Amino acid sequence: MNVRLYIWQRATAAVMVPLVIIHLALIVHASRHGMTAADILARTRGSVMWASLYGAFVIAVAIHAAIGVRNVVSEWSPLTARRAMIVGNAFGVALLALGLRAVAAVVLP
Amino acid sequence: MTAGGWRHRLSPLWIAALVHRLSGLALAIFLPLHFLALGLAIRGEGALEGFLRWSDQPLVKLAEGGLVFLLAVHMLGGLRVLVIENLPWCDGQKALATLAAAISAALALMFLARVF
Repeated sequence: MNVRLYIWQRATAAVMVPLVIIHLALIVHASRHGMTAADILARTRGSVMWASLYGAFVIAVAIHAAIGVRNVVSEWSPLTARRAMIVGNAFGVALLALGLRAVAAVVLP
Repeated sequence: MTAGGWRHRLSPLWIAALVHRLSGLALAIFLPLHFLALGLAIRGEGALEGFLRWSDQPLVKLAEGGLVFLLAVHMLGGLRVLVIENLPWCDGQKALATLAAAISAALALMFLARVF
């Protein structure tokens, strides 16, 4: 992993620490209430706060996972470094697209 | 590989590094499915509600407990790495790695106790 990728992976990890803590707290909090889709969407639809929070989360996780997948493929598979980069980047782009679609699905009114 | 060559793999810190990598890999596999499930809301509230009620099954709840563990252990393991790389060295890394696993397990158990 080169220095640029190393810094991106650590920076996105640092950004995600508070986001993961919030996400875990929400999961545990919501778990007792057996929430319905109506409950969830009533809180998220039209909310700039949830859109910003989870939009940032998706962008950070897509970058972080793309670099992580690239590293794993590079070290644990016979693929060349260039092909590992292609796999990692393709995974990151797919994750970004699916993640932003999911955020849009729950926050757009 | 000789027996001596495997000895380092019994170290808690080697196991912590392996857990960090495997949990990251598992989360990378899970995330696209998670996003697809949330994306059901595009088709309307009913589609998402159908998925949520499907996820009420005990086995799905158990799997969700596992995912809570994976997310927590990956975050805490990553936090330990960030601290090692950016702050002055502190002893007790094996204890910190064990604590990260214990907190993650406790969180997953708390989740399971609430959903069952």
